[in-house]
Amino acid sequence: MKTIIISGIFILIGSISTVEAQKYFTREAQVSFFSEAPMEKIEAHNGTGTCVVDFSQQRMEFAVLIKAFQFEKALMQEHFNENYMESHKFPKATFKGQIIEPENIEMKPEAQDVQVKGTMTIHGVEREITAPGKILFTGDKVSVSSTFVVAVKDYEIEIPAVVRENIAKEVEITVEANLEPLK
Amino acid sequence: MNMTLRSIVLIFATTLTSISAILAQEDLLSLLGEDEETVDYAFASFKTNRVINLHSLENTSAGVLDIKISHRFGMVNTGFYELFGLDAASIRIGGDYGLTENMMIGIGRSSFEKTYDGYVKYRLLRQSSGAKVMPITLSYFTSIAVTGTRWPNPARENYFSSRLFYTHQLIVGRKFSEAFSLQLSPTLVHRNLVETEQEAHDVFSLGMGTRLKLTKRMALNLEYIYVFPDQLEPGYRNSLSIGLDIETGGHVFQLHFTNSTSMIEKGFITETTGDWGGGGVHFGFNVSRVFTIRRPNIKD
Repeated sequence: MKTIIISGIFILIGSISTVEAQKYFTREAQVSFFSEAPMEKIEAHNGTGTCVVDFSQQRMEFAVLIKAFQFEKALMQEHFNENYMESHKFPKATFKGQIIEPENIEMKPEAQDVQVKGTMTIHGVEREITAPGKILFTGDKVSVSSTFVVAVKDYEIEIPAVVRENIAKEVEITVEANLEPLK
Repeated sequence: MNMTLRSIVLIFATTLTSISAILAQEDLLSLLGEDEETVDYAFASFKTNRVINLHSLENTSAGVLDIKISHRFGMVNTGFYELFGLDAASIRIGGDYGLTENMMIGIGRSSFEKTYDGYVKYRLLRQSSGAKVMPITLSYFTSIAVTGTRWPNPARENYFSSRLFYTHQLIVGRKFSEAFSLQLSPTLVHRNLVETEQEAHDVFSLGMGTRLKLTKRMALNLEYIYVFPDQLEPGYRNSLSIGLDIETGGHVFQLHFTNSTSMIEKGFITETTGDWGGGGVHFGFNVSRVFTIRRPNIKD
């Protein structure tokens, strides 16, 4: 009887501690986007995304500061903030979601394809999205990456007629993050 | 007995795990604590580096070349014969370049008095909020202008220095909200040669410029330059201009009405003759097109 209780407690403690060890984070997630329209290619990078993943619950959250996106053309960056993303009103874009595939992710040192489903918030507009991604565990680190496409109009970002040839209706977003254990 | 205890322990264990799971259902990002506060610089207080004639609070970004074609038609009160001024034109072709985030230079050539001008503008303070709070933007502007017209009196001894004009200006202002920006521009224009003894070599004035954003891509601008009394000959007036900025991607079109013919400081501050009351105004425009010459280092 005693042994059962003791072992039960050990299992409990053990499971709690593994829960603790399964949270990973970074403040230097690379987020970039790419738009290819007939007249112009637009590219911007942001190296200050924050990300926390809890593998015990297969949950993940991303946040990125809109003002921190850097463009090659200064005026483009200004217009991106002022006219399109309205970063003074909506300073951040976020994603909160769940790893839905595989159902129980193994922390093994080889690249695994995953599907993530959750709520993307851009320009103050929330959308349910599903995106493919890759996860790789190496030592005590985890790298996650994903490339997906969003439609600009889904997030109520207006593109005026005069620049329709310069800005694509769909934008490709790439996320790459190297996570460390969260203590 | 043994079975019951075992199941109790099991239930207990599962409950505890699920409780810990529930507790963990918090905001994951909040586990990282508060975000580090960043410095948020005010930007786009004006659509370009000019209000209309006056330099605005804005600088051309580092590595960016801004080609400006500025045009003032003739005066509206010249009537139908001159198609209300559209037959005549005064033009300045110029280029502005951002050396650093805070320092820009520019050159230009005006058809009015065949004048060449060059300037340096340096931003001393930059409005910001967040980790660093600065309520205003303050810039210092200085320019030199050289007139190129033939000597009106070639018989006498003329000096090159007589062609020179200098301007020193402070630009202080604030973007009060997304829609409203206001600036003051105390200015000193030095003229090496003046026509009469009564005219001052050093002319002090105070400029005011404001912007009201109408839509995301359109703004209404207003500027007025008050020249302190007893410096200019009678007949010269204070410059008053009203304009509309229209932005389309890489271009900004500034359309305006102004009683000044010249588009450089020594001209529009000290040589404005147009009278708004009598229709002595020019229709004019500035077209600005930016080119990225030096690409910024984008941190990956």
